[in-house]
Amino acid sequence: MSLKFGVVVFPGSNCDHDAYYALRKILNYDVEFLWHKENDLKQSNVILLPGGFSYGDYLRTGAIARFSPIMNSVINFANKGGIVIGICNGFQILLEAGLLPGVMIRNNSLKFVCKDVYLSVENRDTIFTSEISSDKKVVKIPIAHGEGNYFANPELLKELEENQQIIFRYSDAEGNVTENDNPNGSQLNIAGIVNKNGNVLGMMPHPERACDPTLGKTDGTLIFKSIANYILN
Amino acid sequence: MMKEPEVTFELAQEHGIIKEEWEKILKILGRTPTFTELGVFSVMWSEHCSYKNSIAQLKTLPRSGGRLLVDAGEENAGLIDIGDDLAVAFKIESHNHPSAVEPYQGAATGVGGIMRDIFTMGARPIASLNSLRFGSLKDARTRFLFDGVVRGIGDYGNSFGVPTVAGEVYFDESYQGNPLVNAMAVGIVNKKHIASATSKGAGNPIMIVGSSTGRDGIHGATFASEEISEKSEAKRPSVQVGDPFTEKLLLEATLEIIKNDWLIGIQDMGAAGISCSTSEMSEKGNAGMKINLDKVPLREDGMSAYEILLSESQERMLCCVKKGYESNVKEVFEKWDLHCEIIGEVTDEEILDIDYQNKLKAKIQPFDLVLGGGAPVYIREQKEPEYLKETRKFDSKALTEPKDLKETFLKVFSSPNIVSKQWVYHQYDSMVRTNTIVGPGCDSAVILIKGTNKALAMKTDCNSRYVYLNPKEGTKIAVAESARNIVCSGGVPLGVTNCLNFGNPYKPEVYWQFAQAIAGMGEACRHFDTPVTGGNVSFYNESPETAVYPTPVIGMVGLVEDLKHITTSYFKDEGDVIYLLGEDKEEVGGSEYAKVIHNKVAGESPTINLDEEKKLQDTLLNLIRKGLIKSAHDISEGGIVSALAECCIINQEKQLGCEVEIPIKSRKDFSLFSESQSRIIISISKDKILELESELKLSNVKFTKLGVVSGSSLKLKNLFDVNVNELSDIYYNTIPRIMSSEK
Repeated sequence: MSLKFGVVVFPGSNCDHDAYYALRKILNYDVEFLWHKENDLKQSNVILLPGGFSYGDYLRTGAIARFSPIMNSVINFANKGGIVIGICNGFQILLEAGLLPGVMIRNNSLKFVCKDVYLSVENRDTIFTSEISSDKKVVKIPIAHGEGNYFANPELLKELEENQQIIFRYSDAEGNVTENDNPNGSQLNIAGIVNKNGNVLGMMPHPERACDPTLGKTDGTLIFKSIANYILN
Repeated sequence: MMKEPEVTFELAQEHGIIKEEWEKILKILGRTPTFTELGVFSVMWSEHCSYKNSIAQLKTLPRSGGRLLVDAGEENAGLIDIGDDLAVAFKIESHNHPSAVEPYQGAATGVGGIMRDIFTMGARPIASLNSLRFGSLKDARTRFLFDGVVRGIGDYGNSFGVPTVAGEVYFDESYQGNPLVNAMAVGIVNKKHIASATSKGAGNPIMIVGSSTGRDGIHGATFASEEISEKSEAKRPSVQVGDPFTEKLLLEATLEIIKNDWLIGIQDMGAAGISCSTSEMSEKGNAGMKINLDKVPLREDGMSAYEILLSESQERMLCCVKKGYESNVKEVFEKWDLHCEIIGEVTDEEILDIDYQNKLKAKIQPFDLVLGGGAPVYIREQKEPEYLKETRKFDSKALTEPKDLKETFLKVFSSPNIVSKQWVYHQYDSMVRTNTIVGPGCDSAVILIKGTNKALAMKTDCNSRYVYLNPKEGTKIAVAESARNIVCSGGVPLGVTNCLNFGNPYKPEVYWQFAQAIAGMGEACRHFDTPVTGGNVSFYNESPETAVYPTPVIGMVGLVEDLKHITTSYFKDEGDVIYLLGEDKEEVGGSEYAKVIHNKVAGESPTINLDEEKKLQDTLLNLIRKGLIKSAHDISEGGIVSALAECCIINQEKQLGCEVEIPIKSRKDFSLFSESQSRIIISISKDKILELESELKLSNVKFTKLGVVSGSSLKLKNLFDVNVNELSDIYYNTIPRIMSSEK
């Protein structure tokens, strides 16, 4: 099977080009932009919802973007088992669209935060993490958000844990998940989760920013390579 | 709609127009201006738009030559050739007055305005920088302003999608009532797609695009041209409101139409709104315009012609479109859900003819309104300030030598002016667009130019205490230090943009400071072959209590010609050898040490020998290109010990200690805290010692071997030790502690 990423462009997306560049120029995959006003996924078999401030995020992050025409197609695609990855604002949109459970609230510092963080990889047996070898304790990937404080009720949190839906948690460089390393107040230090079926990933950190060796970080490639491997094998 | 008042000299005075200007207007028009025309003249001839009190001085700066593609002041921003068919556009601008009354929106729209200056030239903004100054952080109002300004800059830039990569933040009582907020933007454009701020060709349509026009920001330019007083709070409506989302759409749409070659010219609407863009574009194209204000999309009912022309609503552009391409342009703006309306057309006759509701509201020659045309030009009276007699009298030797040098150092190092500004820059997205190779926290930021093996280095700099003590020397230092920062990162300085923040130019002492600063800047820029590509003058930075220190901020951009040359400021490996390039002259006048420990801003500022500085920079660049240098960090505020401490801890993932011997001259405190210029700390690998020393001897640069990178403390032989954990705690937690202890 061939591999093709579709990167959705909402008005206000600003990591769309970064994702495109990482996939096309660094990893050499086939990629196409998908304009939000259309509903054609153009034969993409992985949909990427990029970071940014869709519609300015003036109402609530991701709240308006989910009504874009393209989202109907994305929801159908995901419900049929299609692979979807939402990064930062993309994660927020997936929550608003109901493709992932829980909600996002403002960082507990009430401030935007941009920095490199370490993520402990909680589940390596997924479409998105199979290429992260078990001797690698953490991945280093930057965050940049004002609303990345993941919130869910206790029942949902329990369910996420039981189903191993929590994929990434904020940690120190050794992989210890501590309060100190939680940049935004997320429950259980959650940085990324998948849906029950495991075909939809939402994560606040930006893997596309950790791909180009020139910039000194490459752990983000492992996530895209995992997806590629899953599709190509 | 309100009835228009009768136009008299008294009314003109209320608009900030002085007698001789009023008479000039009567002579130009041959009649009394209409109310609308009075409004247009008042904003166009305001200090902010006309540079009437500064232009004569600015013209003495090197403003052309080298790789410069357009001369300073000709376009919205400076433009420099960087090879590979690419050019870099950059500019800095102040938003001081709005930020003083409404810090969040004031700062946010400062960022928005400077971004538009960049993309209106066809360049995609790739980096944002800033230079911020506030009063003492001990003051609650300062903390409120500081917090608001940082959030404003962050929220606008983060949403707009341009990384904020470098800057400077200073705290000093002189900025108590009048903070300085200077925003700089850098963009890249393919030389084929450079747009110009012009309009010509009779019959070509004029289009207004982007946001609708409201009453926000009316007389913003006039507000920026007076001192801040108790009445300033009432001017809060003069502050515009930013919408980064609309600006992001405007960016994408604008770049798309420029690339398609459908435009004659385009200009953003900042200060003085439609008045400024219509007159400046017409004047540049030697043409006129017939404008119908009924076509301007409005966001409020009952607006008058006066209000529409003077509105400073953000996120708008004026385009002169090639006839026949109107629908193509419209289609692009519709795709991005933006307004796009034809509001008039170009005419042959050089007249700005403005109609509203079937009435002629203004008829003025564009030439008469603009800088370089009819706008007044003044050379103000100068007088050396009285305070200098006092400050010069002070001999630094009178400072008592502290007994406990370690305690003294820790106090100096804890100054908010020296410690890390991480609390600030973690609120900025510094990585979006994935070009940031070196982000905030080093000597300068380094930004990859995608598709090439090159990068741009960039930085803002100014130590205003030096400028206060000696405006000419202090400004030379600001230029030299910017260049030194660029070179320490492995770049060749290309050019300068300046933001000149001064007091009231009608005060002879302020004007003297201004003229001296410009003289120093010109001399230094010629020395480093860095022409001034443009910038901004902000006068009237005074509050009832104080005038700010004269603050000529330098924004500099340099080219890293090979990614291999990129150098960072922190120590890399245990065992590396540390050298000092340059030498100390025991200069503590204007230093952080004198201020923090002795509460003195007096004496002579540090001096600079531009020949020595240039030699030092050329030598360092040569050593970097030869691959000899592992780290390079310039010595600035706080002196050599603070610089060494930074080298130990800037890389938070690998903090290292060092054992060094600091050469002591007449006094230990002077040697530790002197801020003598032209000094750089480098580290090299042990096996390069011979090669390095022979190169340095050959180039005749003074150097001292200080010691080695080793252990987990900053160890100053015969003086004191400080553990890197302690240094790191002070450096990274001082500002967060101050900001979280508020309320």
